[in-house]
Amino acid sequence: MTKALIIILAPLLASVIAGLFGHRIGRAGTHWVTIIGVAISFLVSLLVYIDILWEDAPVFNANLYTWLMTGGISLHIGFLIDELTATMMVVVTFVSLMVHIYTIGYMHEDPGYQRFFSYISLFTFSMLMLVMANNFLQLFFGWEAVGLVSYLLIGFWYTRESAIFANLKAFLINRVGDFGFLLSIAAVLMYFDTLDYAEVFHQAPELAGTTITIWGDAQWQLLTVICILLFIGAMGKSAQAPLHVWLPDSMEGPTPISALIHAATMVTAGIFMVARMSPLFELSETALSFVMLTGAFTAFFMGLLGLVQNDIKRVIAYSTLSQLGYMTVALGVSAYAAGIFHLATHAFFKALLFLAAGSVIIGMHHEQDMRKMGGLWKIMPITWITCLIGSLALIGFPGFSGFFSKDMIIEAVHHSERYGAHVAYWAVLSGVFVTALYSFRLIFMVFHGQERMDAHTRANLHESPPVVTVPLILLAIPSVTAGALFIEPMLFGDYFGNSIVVHPENNVLGSLGEHFHGWLAMVEHGVTQLPFMLAMAGVLVAWLGYVAFPEAPRNLATMFKPIYWLLTRKYGFDEIYQAVFAGGARMIGRLLSGLGDRLLIDGMLVNGSARIVGLASMMIRQVQSGYLYHYAFAMILGLLALLGIFVHGL
Amino acid sequence: MAYDFPILSLIIWLPILGGAALLFIGDCIGAQNTKCYALVLSLLAFLLSIPLYLEFDTTTAAMQFVEKVPWITAFDINYHLGIDGIALPLILLTTFTTILVVLAAWESITDRVPQYLGAFLILDGLMVAVFCALDGILFYVFWEAQLIPMFLIIGIWGGPNRVYATIKFFLYTFLGSVFMLVAFLYLYHQAGTFDVATLHHLPLSITAQTWIFIAFFLAFAVKIPMWPVHTWLPDAHVEAPTGGSVILAAIMLKMGGYGFLRYSLPITPDASQAWAGVLIILSLIAIVYIGFVALVQRDMKKLIAYSSISHMGFATLGMFVIFQIIHRTGAAEGAIMAMEGSMMQMISHGFISGALFLCVGVLYDRMHSREISAYGGVVNTMPVFAAFMMLFAMANAGLPGTSGFVGEFTVILSSFEASFWIAFFAASTLILGAAYTLWMYKRVIFGEIANDEVAKLQDINARERLILASLAVMVLLLGIWPDPLFTIMHASIENLVQHVTQSKLIP
Repeated sequence: MTKALIIILAPLLASVIAGLFGHRIGRAGTHWVTIIGVAISFLVSLLVYIDILWEDAPVFNANLYTWLMTGGISLHIGFLIDELTATMMVVVTFVSLMVHIYTIGYMHEDPGYQRFFSYISLFTFSMLMLVMANNFLQLFFGWEAVGLVSYLLIGFWYTRESAIFANLKAFLINRVGDFGFLLSIAAVLMYFDTLDYAEVFHQAPELAGTTITIWGDAQWQLLTVICILLFIGAMGKSAQAPLHVWLPDSMEGPTPISALIHAATMVTAGIFMVARMSPLFELSETALSFVMLTGAFTAFFMGLLGLVQNDIKRVIAYSTLSQLGYMTVALGVSAYAAGIFHLATHAFFKALLFLAAGSVIIGMHHEQDMRKMGGLWKIMPITWITCLIGSLALIGFPGFSGFFSKDMIIEAVHHSERYGAHVAYWAVLSGVFVTALYSFRLIFMVFHGQERMDAHTRANLHESPPVVTVPLILLAIPSVTAGALFIEPMLFGDYFGNSIVVHPENNVLGSLGEHFHGWLAMVEHGVTQLPFMLAMAGVLVAWLGYVAFPEAPRNLATMFKPIYWLLTRKYGFDEIYQAVFAGGARMIGRLLSGLGDRLLIDGMLVNGSARIVGLASMMIRQVQSGYLYHYAFAMILGLLALLGIFVHGL
Repeated sequence: MAYDFPILSLIIWLPILGGAALLFIGDCIGAQNTKCYALVLSLLAFLLSIPLYLEFDTTTAAMQFVEKVPWITAFDINYHLGIDGIALPLILLTTFTTILVVLAAWESITDRVPQYLGAFLILDGLMVAVFCALDGILFYVFWEAQLIPMFLIIGIWGGPNRVYATIKFFLYTFLGSVFMLVAFLYLYHQAGTFDVATLHHLPLSITAQTWIFIAFFLAFAVKIPMWPVHTWLPDAHVEAPTGGSVILAAIMLKMGGYGFLRYSLPITPDASQAWAGVLIILSLIAIVYIGFVALVQRDMKKLIAYSSISHMGFATLGMFVIFQIIHRTGAAEGAIMAMEGSMMQMISHGFISGALFLCVGVLYDRMHSREISAYGGVVNTMPVFAAFMMLFAMANAGLPGTSGFVGEFTVILSSFEASFWIAFFAASTLILGAAYTLWMYKRVIFGEIANDEVAKLQDINARERLILASLAVMVLLLGIWPDPLFTIMHASIENLVQHVTQSKLIP
C-alpha cells in the first residue's frame, strides 16, 4: 500500500505545489519539483513491476478508504496492482517523465510554464488513478480526471479561438462516451450489487445467461448490453469512429501533451479498459464483434485521412487514430495481450514521433506546415534519425518494436473466427500500406527533398538542445528494442497471469504461439510476408511521390478529385456534427426557451392568468355601479330566480 | 433528550433578533461597524450549529435537540423544534452560506447596508426554523415569513426589472403555499393536532391523500422549482442582488425538497406512490428540457438559474423514483441510495450554485453586466478567479472528485434499477450540463481580451479569495469523501423509506 500511495501521491503533490506556489518557487523550482515527483513515481513503479513480473509477488488488491456507503452498497477507493496494471504504470510514468524533461526545452519561452508543469503532473496522477483502480467508481474518476486535464491542456493557449473550440469539442464528445460508460456502471451495480472488479469478474459467468428488456419485448444479453455501453465509453476516450473527431483538433495543444496525452497514454485508456474488462467481454461474442469492426473501420479509414494532411502534427494524429484502431481490432478478436503489447510499443514510438515533430516545430519557429519544410536531415541529424526510427517502428519494419506488435494483430485477426473477421483482416492489411505511405510522406516532406522554408527561418535553423534530444534518444531505445524483448513473454508466455482472461475457444494467440519460434525467426519470416511487402510498397510510393516526382501527388489529386475532396473534408464528420448536434441542440434550446417557457408557460399560464384575473375584475367592477336602482334590480332578479328554483325543485 | 440547552432556538433567534436590531441601530453605528456586527452574528450562528453536528447521534432516526413549548393551546399548536439527519445538513448549509453572503456584500452593497444585512440575518434564522419546525403551523409561519425579507431584498436591491420579478416571485410561491395551509387545516380537522409526527401516522383515505398531496405539491414544486412552475426562478435570480441569488439557489430551493421529504412523502405515502410516475416525468423534463433551455441563455445568471432547475430535477427524481425501484427490485436498498443521492444533490447544489452566483457577482461588481457577450478573455486579467470558476464550472458539470458528481451518480445508478430509460434521460445531463456550463465558461473566461473594460479588470482580492476558497474546499471535500455526510442521513432516510412504503390507507 505504501508503494501504491507513493506512486499516486508524488505527482499529485508536485502538481499542487507547482499550481499553487509556481510563481513563488520560480520556473526552475517548478520543473524540478514536478520532475522529481514523476521520477519517484516512475522508479517505484519500476520496483513494483519487477516485484510482480519477475519476483512473482502476489497481486495487490486493497481498499484505501470507503468513499461512500449507501443502500447496502459500499464504494471504495482502492488499488489493484497486477501484471496488466504494473505494465501500464511503467509505460505511463516513463513516457510522462520523458515529456516532463522535454517540456523544459519546448516550453521555455512560454509565460504559462508553471501552469503547464502543474497540469502534466496532475495528468500523471489522474492516469495512474485510472490504471490502478480496483473498482468501476475509481476507474470512472480517473477517466473523467484525465478528460479534465486533456481539456485544460488542449486549451492551454486560451486566447486562440481554435484551441478553446477544440477543447470544448473534446470534452463534450468524451462526455458522449462517458454517457454510455455511466449507464454500464449502473447496469453493473444493479446486477452485481458491487462495483469491485474482483467480485464482478467472479460473478460474471453466472450472469452470462441473463437477459434484460430495454425496448419492447426484445431480449438482450445482459453482458452484451454492459460491454457495448462500456465500449461506447472506450470509443470516446480512445477516439474510435464515429467519436474520433476530437483527436485531430486536440493538436491545438502544445506538442508535449500531444505526445503524452493524445498519443501515448490517455487515448489508450479505452484499450486498457477493455483489456481490464476481458472477463466480461469474453462472455459476449456480439460485443467483441462490435469492438473489432469499429476498430477495423477506424484503422483503415482514419489512416487514409493522414495522407492528405499537411500539418505535421495532424498527420501523426490521424496515424494515432489508425493505430488505436489496430489495438481495438486486437481486443475484438480476444487478442487482448496483443492489443496491450501494441499499446506499449506504440506509446514509445508515437511519443517519439510527436516529440521529434515538436523538435522540428521549435526549429522552424512554430511552423507546422510540411509544405514549408524539406531537407532538414542535414541540419537536425538527431531529430532526423530518431524520427526515422519512430517511423520504421510505426510501419512495422521487421526488427523494430512496431513490427512485432502489429504483425501479431494482423495474424490474430487472420486466424480469428469472429463474425466479420475477414472484413477486419482486409482493413488492417490494407492499413499497413496506408501507414507506410503517410509515414514516409512525412519523412520525405520534412527531412528530404528541396528546402522550402524562407531565408530567415533557414538562417536560424539548428538542432534542438539536449533537453529535447535526450528524451528523443531515450524513447528511441524502447522503440527499437521493446518488441523483440517482450513479444515472447507478453504474448505467448504467462506474462499477464490472471489479469487478462481469454476463453479457450477464443484463444487465437494461443494457437499462434504454437508456430512461434523466437523473435529472430519471426523477423526472418516477416520479410517474406505480405504485410512487409505492403509496407515497402508504401515507402516506395511515398518516395516516388515526394522525392522523385514531386508533381505526381497534385496530378493525382486533380484526377481523383471527388475522393480527394472527401478526404480533405474528413468524410464530413465535423460539418455534420456541427450542424446536427451543436446546431440542433441550440435550435431545440431556443424553441423550448422561446415557445415553451416564454410563450406557453409565462405568456399564457402565468401572465395569462394574471390578465384573466384583471379582465374578470374589470367586468365585475361594472356591476358595482353605485346606482341604487341597479342593485335593487339585481335583488329582484335574484329573488325571482330563487323563487323559481324553489317552486320547480318541489 | 440529554441536551437541555435550547440550542436550536438560539440558532434561530440570535440572527433574527440581531438582524431586527440592526435595522434600527444600523444607521447610527456606521457602515463598517454594521458589516462587522453582521459578520460576527452570522459567524456565531454558524459556530452554534457546529455542536449540532458534533453531538448528533447518527444511529437513530428520532428527532434530536427537541424543544417543545405550548404556543396556542386552543388549537394544540406548539413551538416544537427538533432535527434529524435530513434537517441537519441543510441547517449547516444555511448558517455556512449566510457568512459568505455577508462577506460578499462587503464592498458591493453601498445602499442601505444595515437593512440589507439585517434582512439576510433574519432570513438566516427563518430558514433554519423552517428546517427545525415540527409543527405544521409553525412550519407554515416560518415558511411564509421568509418570503418577506427575500421580497424586500429583490425589490430594493435588485436590478432594473425588479418589480415584475418580485411580484412574480411572491405570487407564485404564495399561491403554492396557501394550498399547503389548507392541507394543514384539513389535517388538523382529521387529527386534532398540527404535530408532524402524529400526522405522519395519521391514516387517510386515498381521496384525502390525493388532495393533500396535490396541495403540498403546489407549495413545494413551486419552491424547488419543478417544471412547469419554474419560470419565476430565472426572473427572480436575474433581478436579485448577488446575496439574494446565493441564498435563493443555495437554500430556499432546498425547502421545496425538504418539504417533500418531511411532509408529502410521509403524510401521503399512498398518493405519493400513485403520483410518482408523474413526478418522475416532470423531473426528467426538468433535467432534459431545462438543460436545452440553459444552453441558449445570453445572461449568465439566467443560465445558472436554469442549471439550478435542471440539477434540482435530480433531487425530485431521487425522491420519487424510490417507488419504482422498490416495485422492480422488491428491496429497499436501491431506494435508500436514490433518496440519499437526492439529499446529497441538494447539499452539493447549495455549494456549487452559491459559488457560481458569487462568481457572477464578482464579475458584476466590476463590469455591471451579466451578459455573456459583454465578456471574453477574462482569464487574461483575472487568472486566479478563472481558476476558481473553472473548478465550480466543472463541479456543476458533475466532474468526479467534486460534490456535483456524487448526487448525480447515486441518483442515476439507483434510477437504473427502476428503468433503463429513466437512467438514460437522467444521464443526458452528463452531456447537456457540460455543454451549457463549459460553453458559457469558454465565452466568458477564455479567448482574447474582448474589450477595454475586460482589459481593466482587477483580479479577486483577499476577501473574495476567502469566500471562493472556502466553497472550493467544501466542493472538493464532499467530492473526495462524501461518506461522512451520508452517515448523518442513513438512519433518518432508512426510516423514511420504510415509512413511505407502508400504506396508511384507512382500511
